[in-house]
Amino acid sequence: MPTRRAMLAGAAAFAAAPALVGWVPLDSKDPGHHAGHGTVSGQAAKTTTDGSSAAGAGSSRTDSGHLANHAGHAGFAGGSVPPERAGIDPTAILHDFDRGKTSTLPDGRTLREWDIVAVDKDFEIAPGVTFPGWSYNGRIPGPTLWAQEGDALRIHFTNAGAHLHTIHFHGIHRAEMDGTPGIGAGSIAPGQSFTYEFDATPFGTHLYHCHQSPLAPHIAKGLYGGFIIEPKEGRPKADNEMVMVMNGYNTDGGDDNEFYSVNGLPFHFMDFPVQVRQHELVRIHLINVLEYDPINSFHVHGNFFHYYPTGTMLTPAEFTDTISQVQGQRGIVEIRFPYPGKYMFHAHKTEFAELGWMGFFEVSPS
Amino acid sequence: MSLDEKSADALAAAPHRRPPVPRWLLGIGPLVLIAMLLGLFTLLNAPGLNKLSEGVPPKEEVAVEDVRLTAGQIAITVRNEGPDPVSIAQVNVSDYYAVFTQTRETMAPLESTTLTIIYNWVEGDPYEVALVTSNGGKIPAVIDAAALSPERGSSFFGLMLLMGIYVGVIPVALGMLWMPFVRRSSASWVRVLLGVTVGLLAFLAIDATLEAVGLVAGSGAFGGPMVVFLGAVTAYLILEGTDAWMRRHQNSTTAHQPSALPPQRLAPQRLALLIAIGIGLHNFGEGLAIGSAYAVGSLALGASLIVGFAIHNTTEGLAIVTPLAKQPPGLGRLAILGLIAGAPAAAGALLGATVYQPALSAFLLGIGAGAVAQVAVKLLPMLKDPAGKTFTPLTGAGVVLGMGLMFATGLLVQA
Repeated sequence: MPTRRAMLAGAAAFAAAPALVGWVPLDSKDPGHHAGHGTVSGQAAKTTTDGSSAAGAGSSRTDSGHLANHAGHAGFAGGSVPPERAGIDPTAILHDFDRGKTSTLPDGRTLREWDIVAVDKDFEIAPGVTFPGWSYNGRIPGPTLWAQEGDALRIHFTNAGAHLHTIHFHGIHRAEMDGTPGIGAGSIAPGQSFTYEFDATPFGTHLYHCHQSPLAPHIAKGLYGGFIIEPKEGRPKADNEMVMVMNGYNTDGGDDNEFYSVNGLPFHFMDFPVQVRQHELVRIHLINVLEYDPINSFHVHGNFFHYYPTGTMLTPAEFTDTISQVQGQRGIVEIRFPYPGKYMFHAHKTEFAELGWMGFFEVSPS
Repeated sequence: MSLDEKSADALAAAPHRRPPVPRWLLGIGPLVLIAMLLGLFTLLNAPGLNKLSEGVPPKEEVAVEDVRLTAGQIAITVRNEGPDPVSIAQVNVSDYYAVFTQTRETMAPLESTTLTIIYNWVEGDPYEVALVTSNGGKIPAVIDAAALSPERGSSFFGLMLLMGIYVGVIPVALGMLWMPFVRRSSASWVRVLLGVTVGLLAFLAIDATLEAVGLVAGSGAFGGPMVVFLGAVTAYLILEGTDAWMRRHQNSTTAHQPSALPPQRLAPQRLALLIAIGIGLHNFGEGLAIGSAYAVGSLALGASLIVGFAIHNTTEGLAIVTPLAKQPPGLGRLAILGLIAGAPAAAGALLGATVYQPALSAFLLGIGAGAVAQVAVKLLPMLKDPAGKTFTPLTGAGVVLGMGLMFATGLLVQA
């Protein structure tokens, strides 16, 4: 049954034809990648014509070029939310390894203890967008717990939130310490506490998260964090060791995320690049806790890295510039930047990248 | 004794002596009381009820009213149709957070905001725009195929005027060319043609109603489909009232001579005028739809459509001339009737293209539907055969034929 509107639309379209013919799109107003990259590459070309002596200055000019043309890259209007307003500081989280309160047991082993409190807290994850999060210690992601292989661990957990929660640690431990509802202490009710006790094994880059059902929201609302166990004999010393937790935010209750990030704040590292030095060994503990999407990825520009899946081996599995991780998968990225300058890193799933999972390494000359 | 008498007198006279309360005061009294009560209620912060909405998250109901595309920009007008204020915090165009400005940061209930989004869209591509609210909710706006929205300049208005003439004035005028045929037809055949007219009008009324309801199906800001029916009933009653007033006015001027027509029948000229007005109102609604569809840019191309559309509207001319079978008017009068029926399409197109608002368009389409329905009802007495029966096999067939004609020509223009 044709509606009158359809006929009207058609009739109107007929008359619209001449107007459409005369139109040519204007590329000069492109707000997408083209303008930004165009500017940067233009300055790079200028550097080469200036000669090799201008290389350093050239790179700094490229940087300022980026700042002036930030709108050329994906991001929020006006940039990412300032950390103090957001309630999350991804840059601080990078190097914030929580080694706990240590003491020595009668058998000579090290005992590490942490206090972790589950609290409900609002975060401004994008300019003007408030996310009612559930968090460990008031941050998303929660504290990165650092231990040495063989240490005795005690995690004093208090649930100050409004829902049942647990902490489920990846690692090897007895069933009662697994943070699974119905086993051992099981679900920890609001106002209740429980102490998880187990030994640090095996070494590697792990994670912990809430295991209360329904699982997806209990994790996606922010109850997760990094859990790193160093080998007893240690790893070769890194000059710059950091943690990156890949996550997302589902704000509308649908089956996908509206925002993606590393260390909790979308586009943060676009405005506050990760600072590294030329030639130094950068070790990144990369953890994927993304919910609602099956796979996340990590890609770095202008460089390759060694990748140690789960960090449980001391020899790298591959030398690459892109790796993927499914939910709960993690590994160690070891990278050295041979040239100074600004190098983008992001999820190679461009949708995630443009929804916030995008940033820069800023390499200063050594 | 005398004291008793006095008091008895006073008692009896009391109701007469007290000056009567003016009627307007009696009317206003309750209003004042209601206002005072409400004021007190608000002042005391709705005792017992103020905790009702505590902890209830705000409802975000937002309707997309308009999407306009210009070079490198997408402008979207949305209206808050929920009970709570809504803020649009971010705009996401097909999974890309785009830079934008908006006319209003926070929309109170029923307020609207226009977001101007910087985005270099590609002609012909589909887009899914998600307006992300401060609570992370998403309001979707779909662009099926991006195309430049027309500029609203003088040439655009000229085009709209031309369009109104194409789809309104010319087809109606063409349809009136059936006048000679109608004049030569016998009384019973005229009844059949009147039946056809009733069928045409009934189709138009139903079609306009469905169309209008469809326009506001996604938006309840101003009552949704309710405005369509309010418009229809309003138009129906106004036309009935006007008709009654005209009849009384004529009766008073011609009171000295007995009326030739039975009171329930209308003079053919007046009926033709009513039909023209009804169709004119309907065409005004159509014009609105043209203008707004064009302004929104959601158009499918097809040159044959305008031809089919003209054929479709031609039958409206037939409807106007059929009641005039017995008293053929002059050419000038016919032209005026044609203009009354057809010209509003041009006015509607102009208005629709300038101020597109779905609820307003739906209301005006509803007015058209009500007007057409009123005319169809007014025509029924003219279908009566000498025995006084309205629906004979022939007139009934005429009604069906009329609806069938509209339906069939409607299919013609389906692309």
